[in-house]
Amino acid sequence: MYVAVKGGERAIESAHAWLAEERRGDKSVAELSIAQIREQLKLSVDRVMAEGSLYDPDLAALAIKQSRGDLIEAIFLIRAYRTTLPRFGVSEPMNTGAMECDRRISATFKDLPGGQVLGPTFDYTHRLLDFKLAADGEVPEAPTRDAALGDVPHVTEFLNQEGLIEEAPLDDTPPPDLTREPLEMPAERALRLQALTRADEGFTLGLAYSTQRGYGRNHAFVGELRIGTVAVEMDIPELGFTIEIGEITLTECETVNQFKGSKTEPPQFTRGYGLVFGQSERKAISMALVDRALRWEELGEDNVGAPAQDTEFVLYHADNIQATGFLEHIKLPHYVDFQSELELVRKLRREAGAGRYQEAAE
Amino acid sequence: MSEYNFAYLDEQTKRMIRRAILKGLAIPGYQVPFASREMPMPYGWGTGGVQVSAAILTPEDTFKVIDQGADDTTNAVSIRTFFERTAGVETTTATSDASVIQTRHRIPEKPLTEDQILVYQVPIPEPLRFLEPRESETRKMHSLEEYGLMHVKLYEDIARHGHIATSYGYPVKVEGRYVMDPSPIPKFDNPKLGDMPAIQLFGAGREQRIYALPPYTKVVSLDFEDHPFEASKADQVCGLCGASDSYLDEVIIDDAGGRLFCCSDTDYCTGRRALGHKGPAFPGSEAAA
Repeated sequence: MYVAVKGGERAIESAHAWLAEERRGDKSVAELSIAQIREQLKLSVDRVMAEGSLYDPDLAALAIKQSRGDLIEAIFLIRAYRTTLPRFGVSEPMNTGAMECDRRISATFKDLPGGQVLGPTFDYTHRLLDFKLAADGEVPEAPTRDAALGDVPHVTEFLNQEGLIEEAPLDDTPPPDLTREPLEMPAERALRLQALTRADEGFTLGLAYSTQRGYGRNHAFVGELRIGTVAVEMDIPELGFTIEIGEITLTECETVNQFKGSKTEPPQFTRGYGLVFGQSERKAISMALVDRALRWEELGEDNVGAPAQDTEFVLYHADNIQATGFLEHIKLPHYVDFQSELELVRKLRREAGAGRYQEAAE
Repeated sequence: MSEYNFAYLDEQTKRMIRRAILKGLAIPGYQVPFASREMPMPYGWGTGGVQVSAAILTPEDTFKVIDQGADDTTNAVSIRTFFERTAGVETTTATSDASVIQTRHRIPEKPLTEDQILVYQVPIPEPLRFLEPRESETRKMHSLEEYGLMHVKLYEDIARHGHIATSYGYPVKVEGRYVMDPSPIPKFDNPKLGDMPAIQLFGAGREQRIYALPPYTKVVSLDFEDHPFEASKADQVCGLCGASDSYLDEVIIDDAGGRLFCCSDTDYCTGRRALGHKGPAFPGSEAAA
């Protein structure tokens, strides 16, 4: 005879123990160290930091190890940790013009002050499996050159001097904080950018791609893409001045978008902007395209009903931690709801069998 | 887990949540936006309820967690363990011993008292969501008390099926003002929402909303004069305890598709069996037939 199942607690404990064992895998294979993940799976680490909204390569590497390489799970671990951290203050706006660039390219000008610097990129590699890596993995040293000194000006500044691109006036309004205030509509650009920078890379990529294929097309050129380190400065009230508290790696993308003008704006180039922790070019470019698509209203463009133009749609569905949680919660028991649906369907079928529908049809 | 604050959340966050709760209690049925935090369990798994519980628990509280009416379903176990670790509060499975009860999808069978708080986990707080996907629109509809769309939906159900085809998460109107989603409880539980002596708090973490029903609030399930609301359940008695007044789960017990109906509220069922009640699943019992 059926006796209500007890022992959920023991089942959970055993499942977790099994998980820990699976995480370690075959014990005759050396265990991964945090440093190995941090150094050799850097782009995974960067993605976890970006979407986890916490810049800490060691913690991100730990999260990747703990999550068995499931990056969304790793991002979740970082987010959950992040909420427990006290908030000391806010940094000064970061000056990406003073970035020490590892990579800096422009698709709109053949050459420009500061030069084109390819940096460590997959671009132009032939995607052939390198079986040498499976054998030893030792690499020859890359050639070096002294870095150019001085600030690297933004490409959009040159267009700005001619008045060809929309103005981006300085704005000292403190931006809202998505992690401390509930997201409410309409969302201003600062808030949208904040949501996009921690948005799921795949979702952002898909949306950006959809604009390129005509769902809210905005004719983007990569005006500039730069990756490098930038100093983080903070004003310390007790000291009365600003000090540098560290430096972080950022990827910044500025798109230059064609714009024929609207009822309210003259013909000019317009801007899309992407800024992401770490080396995350695909994400930064995607972010810039989606940012530009979401700006249709302030530029007086038509809403063509494209998904990438719909702020509510984009912002409410871009967060992979929210999405994955809600999606996967349907694994939880739903006996009660299902039971009530069972009763309902049985009732509807009984009534259908009784010929109600036939009568109605005659 | 001593490195975390009592009940996990820091005091500033708890204060922010308590403010939202107080606002919710002051405007029954109104969805208060709150800055929901990322919790160490996934969104959609009760983070709203967990944050509300964390904000209201005191060290003297006795805490009970149910999912589908049962204390021993996996997620209920997980949430109970979380608060045992982070708050060190006493926990119980007995409805009457608990001062705070967190629930998913059920209201306990045993009537609650003025000394108790019932915390609901809410997946989609917006009763109009599946009629209008835009939050900016639905908020406007609530502020204008524009509920025509909901009535049209219910009417269309009647036109198609002869009755309202919503069996859980059945919408209610609170104090004649706000239409509210009672969370996915079976409509069998709807009549318990109104005039309840206990405080009822609803937390939706992913959707960043809190709403509330103060004690003895008037709550009416939406219906029409000629099609009055009807609470329904399986037309059976509990196979284990013989109860005819409790909500029943249907369990498949053998390969031939044999069924057993039993109370979804495990504490209620256990209590009745301890008093000697036996259902038809026991040969020779009072209800066996």
